[in-house]
Amino acid sequence: MNFLRRLAAATVSFAIAAFVFAGSAHAQAPRPWQMWSQTPGSPVAEQIESLHVLVMVIITVITIFVAGLLAWVCYRYSEKKNPNPSQTSHNTLIEVAWTVIPVLILVVIAIPSFRLIYFQDRTEAADLTIKVTGHQWYWEYTYPDSDGLNFSSYLVAQADLKPGQARLLDVDNQVVVPVGKNVRILTTSADVIHSFFIPSLGVQRYAIPGRTIETWVKIDRPGTYYGQCNQICGEKHSGMPIAMRAVTPGEYTAWLAEAKKKFAANPTADASRLSAAATLEITQ
Amino acid sequence: MSSYSDAAHDAHGHDHHDHKPSFFVRWFCSTNHKDIGTLYLIFAAVGGLVGAVLSIIMRAQLAAPGSGIVSSGQAWNALVTSHGLLMIFFSVMPALIGGFGNWFVPIMIGAPDMAFPRLNNISFWLLVPAFALIMAGQFVGAGAGPGWTLYPPLSNSTYQSGPALDFVLFALHLAGISSLLGAINFITTILNMRAPGMTLHKMPLFVWSMLVTAFLLLLAVPVLAGAITMLITDRNFGTAFFEVSGGGDPVLFQHLFWFFGHPEVYIMILPGFGIVSHIISTFSRKPIFGYLGLPHALVAIGVGGFVVWAHHMFVSGMSVDTRAYFMAATMVIAVPTGIKIFSWIATMWGGSIRMEVPMLWAIGFIFLFTVGGVTGVVLSNAGLDQTLHNSYYVVAHFHYVLSLGAVFSIFAGFYYWIGKMSGHQYPETLARWHFWLTFIGVNLTFFPMHFLGLAGMPRRYVDYPEAFAGWNMVASYGAYIGGAAFLLFFFICYKTFTSKQHLADNYWGEGASTLEWTLSSPPAFHTFEELPRIR
Repeated sequence: MNFLRRLAAATVSFAIAAFVFAGSAHAQAPRPWQMWSQTPGSPVAEQIESLHVLVMVIITVITIFVAGLLAWVCYRYSEKKNPNPSQTSHNTLIEVAWTVIPVLILVVIAIPSFRLIYFQDRTEAADLTIKVTGHQWYWEYTYPDSDGLNFSSYLVAQADLKPGQARLLDVDNQVVVPVGKNVRILTTSADVIHSFFIPSLGVQRYAIPGRTIETWVKIDRPGTYYGQCNQICGEKHSGMPIAMRAVTPGEYTAWLAEAKKKFAANPTADASRLSAAATLEITQ
Repeated sequence: MSSYSDAAHDAHGHDHHDHKPSFFVRWFCSTNHKDIGTLYLIFAAVGGLVGAVLSIIMRAQLAAPGSGIVSSGQAWNALVTSHGLLMIFFSVMPALIGGFGNWFVPIMIGAPDMAFPRLNNISFWLLVPAFALIMAGQFVGAGAGPGWTLYPPLSNSTYQSGPALDFVLFALHLAGISSLLGAINFITTILNMRAPGMTLHKMPLFVWSMLVTAFLLLLAVPVLAGAITMLITDRNFGTAFFEVSGGGDPVLFQHLFWFFGHPEVYIMILPGFGIVSHIISTFSRKPIFGYLGLPHALVAIGVGGFVVWAHHMFVSGMSVDTRAYFMAATMVIAVPTGIKIFSWIATMWGGSIRMEVPMLWAIGFIFLFTVGGVTGVVLSNAGLDQTLHNSYYVVAHFHYVLSLGAVFSIFAGFYYWIGKMSGHQYPETLARWHFWLTFIGVNLTFFPMHFLGLAGMPRRYVDYPEAFAGWNMVASYGAYIGGAAFLLFFFICYKTFTSKQHLADNYWGEGASTLEWTLSSPPAFHTFEELPRIR
């Protein structure tokens, strides 16, 4: 796949620009004038990236081929250059070719695609589980392995933004996970459908009331990975971002201890939210 | 494709003094397929104009982050919903199916009219109240804002309270009945009223595309009707088809919706395929290449359209094996679609190409549909869709195949046939300006959306983080150019209809070989009173 990546960088002109951008630093959030996907931060995202490069090369070649053919026939067979049209309307060989060759191209794409979706599906050995509950309009995170640590994560309002924080991306309580560990993510919702989406980690699942959907992530290096709700969920659909902070296992343990104290002393989950969650458990 | 005898032409050549009814009876009680086609085209232009105005408002809001042109998130969601529904049900479908279909299917098969003229009248007039109800959905209360996909629970009575969404659902019922009746009419007409000698394998490709489209409508629309009926009873009568607390399932709605929704996107594009085939053949002065394969490709696309619906639901929690199936099935559709593209290019190959305005739009269609098609291959990939689902990449993809694909085919058909329908030719220079402005405008609008989607911008956002500002600004300028081009189109219509020039029967010359070119421009009120014979 590395070879393909280099091939893409050489052939796909806008991919070049993207890779130059992507080469610098950790890009866990979108950047101005970005033309390519965010730098992958997990094995799943890396595999998505390499398959995407392969597919992108193929579709770029096809598009250029079709555009070239169109331009050529418009030039070569214009009324001026070719006043007498041929009446050929069949050529079995070429008709078979333009059926079979696309099939072969699709097979080339399909093989790594199947491998990818089965790899993406779920982790066999989860080191920890995080339950994500979508609400109008915030995310609630539960750590069932850590005494049910539970807190909510709200958008930082524009007026409260600190220097360095991004509008519509930063939240008050980030969801924290350890790097290098297999994290099982379970999504559900307390009201309407939301979508838990972190592009740089290759994570996306709907949060649907009455259902629990499983996906997973393993984050390669420390940093904050941003995402946003990605399924229309009403008035403030654009105001419930996701910020996942990956820390070293040591820092994670320290954070857990601190978070348990913080969210026990100052429960962010108020009565109404608890009752909403309770209703959800019952309906499941 | 098929040759014709001149007998039919001679037979109707003298009846230009045919008896047209009075204005009210002619336009409000019409049973004439050409008049109903005209009504549909006018309706589609109005629907398209309203839908375009909404999209300009949306692009103005998104031109810069943090702008307050749209007052609230709910108002935004209502805009998004109305824009989608208007463009699909009240612009593209009426133009391609009701408009060009009504006008040219009977003429191309040598039939005097549609099989059920009164049903045809009802089909059109159901759309008018449906349009009124959709607009009510936009303006009553806070507006109906679940997105055109109407997913519950967001579309249930808790989260969309008030009558706005009920208006929209009833509008869809009316539009659905209209489409169903139209589909029945087309199928009956095409199967039973072809002129002597017009076998299925001599039938023009536009008629083939309409036949396949009609079958898709017949099989898909009832599923939508069922789904929205359940939604209406959930909202108003306490049922719980999609209500978790009552044992229902929101994902069931997604399956039902997309079982309709995916064929629906082919319903919008297949008639365009037919139109483009005719135009390419006419202006290359060559018969369509591989004619026999093309109806098969159309049927394959139509059948395939029914077995791929859940590729819209790759992140809804389906099992991985199910995702694998829907991914594979979806990728297969690329093959018949590719056959169509290559056959158009092969038709041009060796031809004698005249770059008239309809041909510009048709070639533009082929290129842009290719771009939209290949990004479809990317999205069909369940693995990649995990980061592209619901992003602006999807918005770019479906606007390339619809806003640029279907709409380009509508304009291609308009410039190809407006002389036939009105008897007047469009102003040449303005028409070329219209094409180039539209081409530049829509590409500037939708191409940067690929970048936004790859970078992770979700769709249906009223406001976005500053990082997305650059390409959004470019897209908005593109939309303004496209909007200006659309206004120019209305001016072109005005110039065309007030033109003093009168056109010959076959003003495109020998390349145009289907039956409509044997008739006068415009055709007599009643055509083919004596049936043509196809040799």
